[in-house]
Amino acid sequence: MSRIDRRFAALKATGRTGLIPFVTAGDPSPEHMVTLMHALVDAGADLIELGIPFSDPMADGPVIQHASERAIARGVGLAEVLGWVTAFRTRDAETPIVLMGYLNPIEIHGYERFAREAVQAGVDGVLLVDCPLEEAAVLQPLRQAGLQQILLAAPTTAPGRMVRLCESAEGFLYYVSFAGITGAGSLSTHDIAARVADVRARATVPVAVGFGVRNAQSAKEIAGFADAVVIGSALVGRLAGAKGPDEIVGRVRDILQPIRSALDTH
Amino acid sequence: MSSTQDFQRWPDAHGRFGDFGGQYVAETLMAPLAELTEAYERLRDDPAFIAELDRDLKHYVGRPSPIYHAERLSQHIGGARILLKREDLNHTGAHKINNTVGQALVAKRMGKPRIIAETGAGQHGVASATVAARLGLKCVVYMGAVDIERQKINVYRMKLLGAEVVPVTSGSKTLKDALNEAMRDWVTNVADTFYIIGTVAGPHPYPMMVRDFNAIVGREARAQMLEEYGRLPDVLTACVGGGSNAIGLFHAFLNDAQVRIVGAEGGGEGIASGHHAASLAAGRPGVLHGNRTYVLCDDNGQIAETHSISAGLDYPGVGPEHAYLKDAGRAEYVGVSDEEAMEAFHLLARTEGILAALESSHAVAQAMKLARELPSDGMVLCNLSGRGDKDVHTIAACEGVEV
Ligand SMILES: Cc1ncc(COP(=O)(O)O)c(C=O)c1O
Repeated sequence: MSRIDRRFAALKATGRTGLIPFVTAGDPSPEHMVTLMHALVDAGADLIELGIPFSDPMADGPVIQHASERAIARGVGLAEVLGWVTAFRTRDAETPIVLMGYLNPIEIHGYERFAREAVQAGVDGVLLVDCPLEEAAVLQPLRQAGLQQILLAAPTTAPGRMVRLCESAEGFLYYVSFAGITGAGSLSTHDIAARVADVRARATVPVAVGFGVRNAQSAKEIAGFADAVVIGSALVGRLAGAKGPDEIVGRVRDILQPIRSALDTH
Repeated sequence: MSSTQDFQRWPDAHGRFGDFGGQYVAETLMAPLAELTEAYERLRDDPAFIAELDRDLKHYVGRPSPIYHAERLSQHIGGARILLKREDLNHTGAHKINNTVGQALVAKRMGKPRIIAETGAGQHGVASATVAARLGLKCVVYMGAVDIERQKINVYRMKLLGAEVVPVTSGSKTLKDALNEAMRDWVTNVADTFYIIGTVAGPHPYPMMVRDFNAIVGREARAQMLEEYGRLPDVLTACVGGGSNAIGLFHAFLNDAQVRIVGAEGGGEGIASGHHAASLAAGRPGVLHGNRTYVLCDDNGQIAETHSISAGLDYPGVGPEHAYLKDAGRAEYVGVSDEEAMEAFHLLARTEGILAALESSHAVAQAMKLARELPSDGMVLCNLSGRGDKDVHTIAACEGVEV
């Protein structure tokens, strides 16, 4: 059983909803990245999504775009990202890590080389925004090395395609709550509840809901019908500009802990 | 290269041209792309659609465009005859209108009331605003803040045509970022919005559809050559930004093995300087804007900031069909520098009385090089993709002149 599968099994056994924070690797500070990752876990994260910075994040709104730009300006690349995962693993062997990003950095790094290095560092899965199921053949070396490919499902996903996604999903299925970019608008939980219920009924893996989760209130509403909630832009936006480990850890706590308690009391 | 190979058969059912192309997009866009592919494949064989498109191309765009023998330019160079396919004479002044007329008709038939577009030089933005005005559709054009500055005249033209021009300030603030922003708009407004991509890039079906709409250039040119000159040209050349005017000219000739094909990319300050936009001549295979193609990027896979004096060539990717043609050995791609393009611009102006777009001036510069290598009965057919009015300010600034 993979680390991701084990974690979701444990959540299910205890009847809890998973909390999945997304942070952009290298923001707000490359030096304190590992501290930030541990802080996420201490504040209640069940799984960490680590964004690989990319120059052209087509599916992301301004908050994550800017975090990506800042990280790139600080020279953050795949080597640094994998280095932080390796360092994190010396103290935490249990929290699953999913690298999220776009295909080009991995394509240029080389799929085989990336697969080898990522597994060695302790990465558990990848979520590649611009690699839909139809193009996933290129990820074969990653799967062979044991990395799970997390697939996305969206409100626009046609029923027939949803069946195929559910069949191919590994680890968990990431349900994008609305058609749009990260950090946009606010979601109507009423609309998505029915759709997520439908996906959960078909999928053999847990379903995480992301896009538009901003605070304890929205997280709690989603917890009613999802296996996990992803919090991205709201966290990245809050972390922007934080200086020094204390400020970073403090902000993580401020934003994640209320969400954690809301999820645990829903 | 084997003469039995059919270079015109691409893309395959997955939208791939050999190893290139495809649909590398977020899940949310898979459904609208499927809807578009389905609609386009139906319409491209629909006699009523074809008739309407032909009518528009003739009466609105002003097709066919002539092939003009640039005699004084040819004499000046010494060598082969340089022939210009005059896309600059189209309505709105470039080949871009061939594509926007076609896509706007698709949008209309799909019942989409809102059009979005990205633009670099502003020619595609103008061409989109134009067809939107004509069909009564709302039009929003994304344009990099840097390009807005260097293509002011086109920005104003778009506004006169009723379009909203949205400045893009992310990344390098040029064409690639405008494309990102247009994609973000599309993903947010998929229900009522049609995205008119301006070149043969983006996810399938765009590289195929945009090529099909521009392929009229090569079909006309091939027939005109046979009729007026009794044979095909020895070599074709066109400038390559995303590659739409180039593939438009090349496509009809791909299986004419005796015709050499050369694309001219934005060589900027020279390939060795690193300041250029020559994705095919100096890039590597990667994934950008929904397709696998040649890209300019660093070892971390970050897309490079390109440089070309012409906004329309300032793009770090290129249409996947060109990537395929390069790897298949059917076409060659070379960088033409800013300086060479400027020289060609002036020479064409003074010998022929034609102010070419800076993009097209790269093709003219390449045509001059090719003509020098050929005997006097040789023929070089060059796509003059657009006229230069929009570039007058840039050129004046380069010469230190105030207008
Ligand atoms: C006149 C002209 N030629 C060429 C181009 C480059 O585009 P493409 O390579 O798609 O033809 C542009 C783009 O704006 C243009 O305006």
